[in-house]
Amino acid sequence: MDLLTFTTNFADQFEETEISAFTPNTNYKELEEWSSLIALSIIAMIDEEYDVSIKGDDIRSAETIEDLFTIVKNRK
Amino acid sequence: MENNPFSLKNKRILITGASSGIGRAIAVECSKMGACVIITGRNEERLKATILEIGDDKVQYIIANFAKDDDVLALCNKIEDLDGLVNCAGLTKVLPFNFAKPSDFKEVMDVNFFAPAELTRLLLKAGKIRKKGSIVFISSISGVLCSAPAASIYSSSKGAVNGLVKGMALDLAPKGIRVNCVNPGMITTDIFSDGKIMQEQLKEDMKRYPLKRYGKPEEVAYSVIYLLSDASSWVTGSNLIIDGGYTLL
Ligand SMILES: NC(=O)c1ccc[n+]([C@@H]2O[C@H](COP(=O)([O-])OP(=O)(O)OC[C@H]3O[C@@H](n4cnc5c(N)ncnc54)[C@H](OP(=O)(O)O)[C@@H]3O)[C@@H](O)[C@H]2O)c1
Repeated sequence: MDLLTFTTNFADQFEETEISAFTPNTNYKELEEWSSLIALSIIAMIDEEYDVSIKGDDIRSAETIEDLFTIVKNRK
Repeated sequence: MENNPFSLKNKRILITGASSGIGRAIAVECSKMGACVIITGRNEERLKATILEIGDDKVQYIIANFAKDDDVLALCNKIEDLDGLVNCAGLTKVLPFNFAKPSDFKEVMDVNFFAPAELTRLLLKAGKIRKKGSIVFISSISGVLCSAPAASIYSSSKGAVNGLVKGMALDLAPKGIRVNCVNPGMITTDIFSDGKIMQEQLKEDMKRYPLKRYGKPEEVAYSVIYLLSDASSWVTGSNLIIDGGYTLL
């Protein structure tokens, strides 16, 4: 699993936010476009791409994209 | 109470999904109204918990997994004549439409739509639903009046149930069998127990209900009692919306 690809996959779930806004350190819940639907898309993307089921609570407890990456990596 | 039109005395009623949430409440409340209930679900322990709540260990329970065609047939074979059938078993799959593959639709449609349709057909064909019987489907407001983010799969299944009920109501009218739908808004049960939707989100959502809370399983059960009883003897093909006013806004 690779952090940069994960970050790109993460960014793909957004429509309007500039791609430059996404780095491993991005605090994603502070992005203006963040919504419950995007949260569900991230969960679905992680299931599809990494075959890992995460929960809403994981999205909540992680702050940055890298935090979430670490959660997913540890469950692989 | 003498002459209570809502009484279910002497009525034999099969309830699917009776091991949890709404189905369990329907089994408990129908039995309080005098019905002889037969309950089904996948999980034996939870079915037994329903029987404990009913407080009558003579209640018949039958284990069946609606994801398996054979189980639906076997269930039908174990059933004797019925006055009522409540199709309540169901599940949801929260997935944004972009991720919703045919296999995801199938998983939900099998249990929410195909199994209850086939179970009902088999029971009718075997002559196991008496004249003047009542069939109730637990649909939803979702897919009929509204939807929710990432609910396209679930909404499709409930929309399909709604159409099925209307067609069935016409086709079964000559037999004097009535078919109706109950369409609840959010009811506090285990349906979102997979944790994809966060508790905070649900709390926020609750505020959008004019009556300021989610419904309770028994509040759906009471409407089912009405539709199973002789009080609704001229009601068929209808939707009974139970949503705390949600779809008014
Ligand atoms: N809760 C709501 O907000 C809400 C709103 C509108 C409509 N509804 C509808 O109400 C019905 C009951 O939902 P609920 O909220 O009470 O959910 P629940 O607590 O999760 O109960 C679901 C029931 O369906 C059964 N079931 C699920 N998959 C099955 C399968 N493959 N084979 C046989 N039985 C199966 C379960 O049996 P096991 O115990 O054996 O797993 C359980 O008895 C569903 O049709 C749902 O769509 C719910």
